Amino acid sequence: MLTIAGREFRSRLFGGTGKFASAEVMRDALAASGTEMVTVALRRVDLADPADDIMRVLDRERYLLLPNTSGARDAGEAIRLAHLARAAGGTPWLKLEVTPDPRTLLPDPVETLKATEELVKDGFIVLPYMNADPILALRLQDVGAAAVMPLGSPIGTNQGIVTAFQVRIIIEQARVPVVVDAGLGAPSHAALAMEMGADAVLVNTAIAVSGDPVRMARAFAMAVAAGRDAYEAGLGEARDNASASSPETGLDFLR
Amino acid sequence: MKILCNGVERTLAPQTKLVDLLHDLGLEPDTVVAECDGVILRREAYDTHLLTDGSVLELIRFVGGG
Repeated sequence: MLTIAGREFRSRLFGGTGKFASAEVMRDALAASGTEMVTVALRRVDLADPADDIMRVLDRERYLLLPNTSGARDAGEAIRLAHLARAAGGTPWLKLEVTPDPRTLLPDPVETLKATEELVKDGFIVLPYMNADPILALRLQDVGAAAVMPLGSPIGTNQGIVTAFQVRIIIEQARVPVVVDAGLGAPSHAALAMEMGADAVLVNTAIAVSGDPVRMARAFAMAVAAGRDAYEAGLGEARDNASASSPETGLDFLR
Repeated sequence: MKILCNGVERTLAPQTKLVDLLHDLGLEPDTVVAECDGVILRREAYDTHLLTDGSVLELIRFVGGG
């Protein structure tokens, strides 16, 4: 069972709520994914459409809300969003995102570390989205991050784990759970992250923009479970030379 | 009096309470967070908080995100 900040999760797939065609499709896809934690963002209310409220379809009994600070460009903006999130959701859980560059949406390591430290002191349960930097992961856990969320590839790119070398080191060294976040475009990418020993993955775009989000959510759920089983069972080592699967003896009758 | 609400200037009657503005906007108070002049208001305060001339009000809520 996965435990983050003392809370247990049966599912190792965390879901995003962005980019779905409708609130109803999102609700059904999240249900099919089996997830128990979902991210949400904070924005100004659209005063032209006051009834447009995602929370009317999100069952708070079923899902732990993980508000994000998406859109923040520095620690100050992220901290302001964090406090609004805590007031809106009544929860100290927070996915910290500080992404100053809209083209790459890569996280700012300095501002992320600064904000993590301050928010932890203020009682938040902080899960920082970070570049796959093993040293930064250690620094974030040292200042009290409840988990670290290294990116597989930039947000929404569907490129899978292009940071595999660094993610492996992060997993090896981490004392807090490692959640591979961002860029996982296919169930096989999620399975790979889990086979590598990631504690969980967070998937949004790949499910939300699929032709059939409910079915894709189910595919990701199976991939995550398969990858975790494989990791726990223990994968064989890759080798250069063949190793026969069938007995090499008992062939005397042929020659 | 005038306030700035989500970046748009609005003219309100003097002594308008936040909860009244929310109702005028068609917003269920429990579904928004209000930040007035940089201070986050507690939900319990919505019913009594008086908006003042020049107030900068931000009404925020959860939306879909990853």
